[in-house]
Amino acid sequence: MSLINNLVEQLINGLRTGSIYALIALGYTMVYGIAKMINFAHGDIIMVGAYALYVFAALLGLPVPVCILLTIIVCAVLGITVERIAYKPLRNAPSLAVLITAIGVSYFLQNVALIIFKATPIPFGSVIKVPSIKIGGIHISGITIVTLIVTVIAMAILTWFINKTRAGSAMRAVSEDKGAAALMGINVNKTISMTFAIGSALAAVAGILFICQYESLSPTLGALPGIKAFVAAVLGGIGSIPGAMLGGIVLGIIESLSKAYISTQLADAIVFGVLVVVLLVKPSGLLGKMKAEKV
Amino acid sequence: MNKKINKSVIINIIMAIVAYGIVMALIYGGFLGRQAMSIIIPCCINVMLAVSLCLLVGFLGELTLGHAGFMSIGAYAGALTTNALNLPPMVELLIGLLVGGIVAAVFSLIIGLPVLRLKGDYLAIVTLGFGEIIKSVINFLGFTGGAKGLSGIGTYSNYKNFTFVYIFVLLTILVISNLVRSRHGRAICAVRDNYIAAEAVGIKVSKFKTMAFVISGFFAGMAGVFYAHNVGILKPGNFDYNKSIEILVMVVLGGMGNIKGAIVAAVILTALPEVLRSAADFRMLLYAIVLIAMMLFNNSKFRTVMIEKRNLKKAMSIQKEGE
Amino acid sequence: MALLEVKHLGISFGGLRAVDDLNMSIEQGSLVGLIGPNGAGKTTAFNLLTGVYAPSEGTIVLDGESLVGKAPTEICKSGIARTFQNIRLFTKMTVLDNVKVALHNHVEYSLAESFFHLGKFSKREKEMDERAIDILKVFDLDGQADVLASNLPYGKQRKLEIARALATEPKLLLLDEPAAGMNPNETQELMDTIQLIRDKFHITILLIEHDMKLVSGICEYLYVLNFGMELAHGEPAVVLNDPKVITAYLGE
Repeated sequence: MSLINNLVEQLINGLRTGSIYALIALGYTMVYGIAKMINFAHGDIIMVGAYALYVFAALLGLPVPVCILLTIIVCAVLGITVERIAYKPLRNAPSLAVLITAIGVSYFLQNVALIIFKATPIPFGSVIKVPSIKIGGIHISGITIVTLIVTVIAMAILTWFINKTRAGSAMRAVSEDKGAAALMGINVNKTISMTFAIGSALAAVAGILFICQYESLSPTLGALPGIKAFVAAVLGGIGSIPGAMLGGIVLGIIESLSKAYISTQLADAIVFGVLVVVLLVKPSGLLGKMKAEKV
Repeated sequence: MNKKINKSVIINIIMAIVAYGIVMALIYGGFLGRQAMSIIIPCCINVMLAVSLCLLVGFLGELTLGHAGFMSIGAYAGALTTNALNLPPMVELLIGLLVGGIVAAVFSLIIGLPVLRLKGDYLAIVTLGFGEIIKSVINFLGFTGGAKGLSGIGTYSNYKNFTFVYIFVLLTILVISNLVRSRHGRAICAVRDNYIAAEAVGIKVSKFKTMAFVISGFFAGMAGVFYAHNVGILKPGNFDYNKSIEILVMVVLGGMGNIKGAIVAAVILTALPEVLRSAADFRMLLYAIVLIAMMLFNNSKFRTVMIEKRNLKKAMSIQKEGE
Repeated sequence: MALLEVKHLGISFGGLRAVDDLNMSIEQGSLVGLIGPNGAGKTTAFNLLTGVYAPSEGTIVLDGESLVGKAPTEICKSGIARTFQNIRLFTKMTVLDNVKVALHNHVEYSLAESFFHLGKFSKREKEMDERAIDILKVFDLDGQADVLASNLPYGKQRKLEIARALATEPKLLLLDEPAAGMNPNETQELMDTIQLIRDKFHITILLIEHDMKLVSGICEYLYVLNFGMELAHGEPAVVLNDPKVITAYLGE
C-alpha cells in the first residue's frame, strides 16, 4: 500500500513540477509561434519574477495579493521592453542572430541580478501559506495544491483568450502569416508585444510558484527550469499551445519518477533522452504539425 | 585565379608565423603576468573549438548547442588515457590527443546518425539535450570520478608547451579551411544552401551532414584533451550548455562561416574577461551588453547603408575603369 | 526501346490522386513537353521521376534500369537531372561553385586530399574548373563565374540551374517551367539554348511549360495532364488543336 502511496505522491510531485514547466513552456511556444524565435532569456524572466516578489514582499512588506499583481506587471513590462529593444530590430535578421541576442539578454538579466543581489543565495520563505492536506495516507503540500489550481486556471484563461477573443485571433493570424495579417489591418507590432507580455506574465506566475516551492533566490535560478521548459515546449511540438501544456506535464512526471525510482543524477539524462526519442519518432514533437517543404 | 590562391596562402603562412613569434616573445620576454600567461593555452583551445564548430554552424548551416559535450568526451577519454600510461609527457599527450579525438568522433557518429535527420531549432535542442545527457552520464559513472571530478591529470598543455599546442591549432585551422575549399566542403555548403537541390545533383545529404559532424567532433575532442591537460582536473559541470553557447557566440561574432573571424573572436572573447578583470562584477554585464549591441549593429539599417555605399563606390570605380 | 518508359505511374496524397495512371515513352534525343493547367500534377510527375516522392504504383525505367524506390541521389547518378519551378540554387556559393558541386561525383579525390590539398587535389580541381567553365560558356555565364549565385539576375539564375543540371551529365534533363517570368526576347533566347544543349550534349529533354509559343516552337511531342490524368499525347500541332485540351485550358 505504501508503495502505491509513494507512487501517487511522486506523480503529484511530477504534476506540480510539470505545471510550472508548462507555464514557462507556454511562453516559449507562444513567442516561437509568433516571432519564430527561441527566446533564450525567457527562463530569466522567472528569476526576475522571483526577485521582484522578494522585493515587494520581504523588503517593502506589501500585502501578498498586491505583491503578486506587481510582480506580474513587472515581468510583463520587462517582456515587452526586451522585445522592443533587443528583438524587434532583428525581425528580418537570420534566426541565429536573434538567438545570440536572446542569449545576450539572458546574460544581461542574470548579471544585473548578480550585481544588485550578489551571488550568495537569499533565503525567502513562501508567501503563499496554505496548509497541506492528507488524503488516505497521501500527503499533499499546500503549495502543490495552489500550483495545480493556478495552472489549470491560467491555462483555461489562455485557451479561451486565444480561441475566443479578437486579440487572440489576431495572435493566431500573425503567427500564421505576418504580412497577410498586416494587410488585414492587424497591428503586428502590438500583437507581438502582447504575446511577449502574456508569455512573461505566465513566466512571472511560474516564478512565484517556483520560489514558493524552493524558497531560495539566486541569479541563475531561472536557467534550469527555463531549459527544462524549453525542452517541454519542443517535446509537445513547439508553436503548439496544447503541446506546451502536455509537454510540461509529461516532462515533470518523468523527471519526478526518475528521481524517485532510478537516479537523481541520471534524471536530467532521462528527461533529455525522452526528448531525443520522441523527436526521432515524431520530428515535430507530440502535438506539433510537420510542414513539408514543397518541391 | 591560381595565383590569387597562392598569394593568400603565403599571407596566411606569414600571419601564422607572426602570431607565433608574438606569443613566444610575450612568453619569454617577460611582458606578461602569471594571469595573462594562463590564458594563452585557453585561447588556443577556444580557437580549436570555434573553428571546428564553424564547420557545423557556418558551412553545414546547422545550429548545434552540444559542442561542449564532444569536448568533454575528448577531455575525459584523453585524460583517462594519459593517467593510465607511464610514458614521457609529450608522448602521453600525443596518444591522449589521438584517443580523445577519435572517441569524440565515434560519439559524433553514433549521435549524428539519428539526430541529423532533424532540422533547425529541433536539431539545436536535441544537440543541447545530448550535451546535457553526456554531462549527466559522466557525473553518474564511477571511472570518470563523478561529480567530484577526475583529478591527477598531468598539466602537459601549459604555456611552456605552447609550440606543441600551436601546431595542433594550426592543424585544425588548416584541415577545416582546406576542407571547405574542396569538393567535400562544397558538398557540405550545398547541403546548407539547398538540400533538395543538393540531392538532385547527386549529393547525399545525410552522408555530408554526418561527415561534417564527425570531423567537427574530432577536433572538439582534441581541444578537450588540451583542456584536460591544461586545468589538471575535470568536472562534468565545466561542460554544460553555457560552454557550448560560449563557443557558438565566438562563431557567430566571427561572422558565421568566416574561419578567420571565428579565430579572432575566440581569442578576443577568451582574453576579454582577463582585460576586464578590474571591472570585476561588471565584466559579464559588459560582455552581455557588447553581445547584444554587436548583434543589433550587425543587422542594423546603418550597416546595410554603409555596405551599400561601399558597393556603389566599387561599382562606379569598375565602370570608370571600363571607360 | 525508348530512353524513358513510364507505365501506370500514380501517387496519392491522402485521398487526392495527384498523378493517376501516367504512361510516357520518351525516345533518345527527343525534346518532349509536359503540359496541362495549373494543379494538373506536372511537377508531381517530375518529383516522381526524380525520387522526391516514391510512387504509389507504376514503373519508371530509364535506359533499361528501374528507378522506382531509388533516392534522388541515385536517380541523379542513373542519369536524370532537373531544374526546379521555384529556382533552387546554392545561393551563398559562386556561380562556378554551383556547377562544381554538380561535378562532385564525376571528378573525384579522397577526403584526405581535401584535408591537406595534396595528391590529386590540384589536378582534379583544375579539371573541374575547366569543365565547369566549359558548361558556363554555353550559357554565357563564364564572365560571372565568381559572382554569388544570389546576385545573378533572374533570367541568369534560371540558366545557371540548367547549367548545373547539365554538369551531372544526365541522359534525361527535366526542365520545370524554364521560361517562367521571362519576357519574349528572353524566351526566344532560351528556346535556342535548349535546342543547342540538346544537340551539343546529346541528351533528351522533357520540359514543363505554360508558354505555348515555346512549347509549339521546340517540342517534338507533347503529353497533356489534367487532374493528374493523361488527357492526350501526340505531336504538338495535333494535341494543341484537340478540343479536349482546349477545354481543359479554357474551361467550358
